[in-house]
Amino acid sequence: MGAPDLDTRPCGGKYGDIVRAIGNTPLVELKRISPKPGVRIWAKLESHNPTGSVKDRVARAMIEDAEAQGAIRPGQTILEPTSGNTGISLGMICSRKGYPLKVVMPDNVTAERTQLLQMYGAEVVYSPGEQGSNGAVAKALEMAEGDSTYYMPYQYGNQANPDAHYHGTAVEILEELDEVSAFVAGLGTGGTLMGNARRLKEEDPDTLIVAAEPLQGELVQGLRSLEDGFIPPIIDLAMLDRKIFVSNRDSVVWTKKLLAEEGLFVGVSSGAIASIAVRVAESLDEGNVVFVVCDDGWKYLSSGVYTKPIEELEETIETASFW
Amino acid sequence: MPTIKIPPVLRSSTAGEKEVHAEGENVGELLRALASQHPATEGQLFSDEGELNRYVNVYLNDEDVRVLGGLETGVQVDDTLVILPAMAGG
Repeated sequence: MGAPDLDTRPCGGKYGDIVRAIGNTPLVELKRISPKPGVRIWAKLESHNPTGSVKDRVARAMIEDAEAQGAIRPGQTILEPTSGNTGISLGMICSRKGYPLKVVMPDNVTAERTQLLQMYGAEVVYSPGEQGSNGAVAKALEMAEGDSTYYMPYQYGNQANPDAHYHGTAVEILEELDEVSAFVAGLGTGGTLMGNARRLKEEDPDTLIVAAEPLQGELVQGLRSLEDGFIPPIIDLAMLDRKIFVSNRDSVVWTKKLLAEEGLFVGVSSGAIASIAVRVAESLDEGNVVFVVCDDGWKYLSSGVYTKPIEELEETIETASFW
Repeated sequence: MPTIKIPPVLRSSTAGEKEVHAEGENVGELLRALASQHPATEGQLFSDEGELNRYVNVYLNDEDVRVLGGLETGVQVDDTLVILPAMAGG
């Protein structure tokens, strides 16, 4: 008698290397948080990528694109600004492929992010936390200007970033769903939104593309002037139908709600994105709403957001950088 | 009267005020009213051509006005306008 069929088929593929195992993530229906019977909410679990975030797709695409162009070869130092996830993904991929990695990251991120980067052998350079990712971008650009031996993939301006979603994430969604009424993702570099929007709108121009973005605590808005604002060059606002901010407090509330009601252990930005997905679902009569779970919760455990009541998290909510 | 929330980076131009109330039928009129009350904000909010500066995000309640109707977006009396610098993630 042969082995019984696995209930979990398809298994997601068989690969000769962990870098090739990126993508093909599950799409899971969230019935409890759906506000209407005719509207189905689906979470694309990018947290199932090898390092636990959607950025594995982007990091692989950028490195392999640079390799294909002959812009890098093993031994060359890669430099990249990040709030954490892209750096961690690059850490894994660069360690596999033989590229030393240096990342610039705000100094107010959770300790887990530094540990993961160090675990993969990356060197971490810190930028002022109150300037958020904008400060990391500015510092990395300054470092690259002063040393031409660095190669900077620059996720904010690299077309390989949205292309990873155009050729990957969106295709996987369309393989599973006959129609997508709305797609909701977080706005960080714009790569997830732009790449998916382009592919999903090719399939159905009426698919709503909705961006969820963070309203940072005031202590994280430490820019010197509005001129220090930063809009990644890959973002084309014309691709978005709605762009909505979510406070850190609401993000944490929804992160806890996903855990309590759907058993999903996700990062704080995914709580924010889920809240917007539900809001969009309320405005529809029927159809599929897909949102992206960009990472899981492991990197944020030390912040206490999963275990402490919301009343005890006010300081964390004001000062932490979750995106 | 609509409320305009002032981000920390702009408060040195509003004498430290975190919220300003202003009259206006649309987003552009409200921001002009803010610039009229606090002239130091004008150069930060608007370009020489009178457009919203590239790195300034303005939200009507919580939605970005650039994805709504821009400066022409209509405003109701109990609405809140939130001004924020554009911040990246990743």
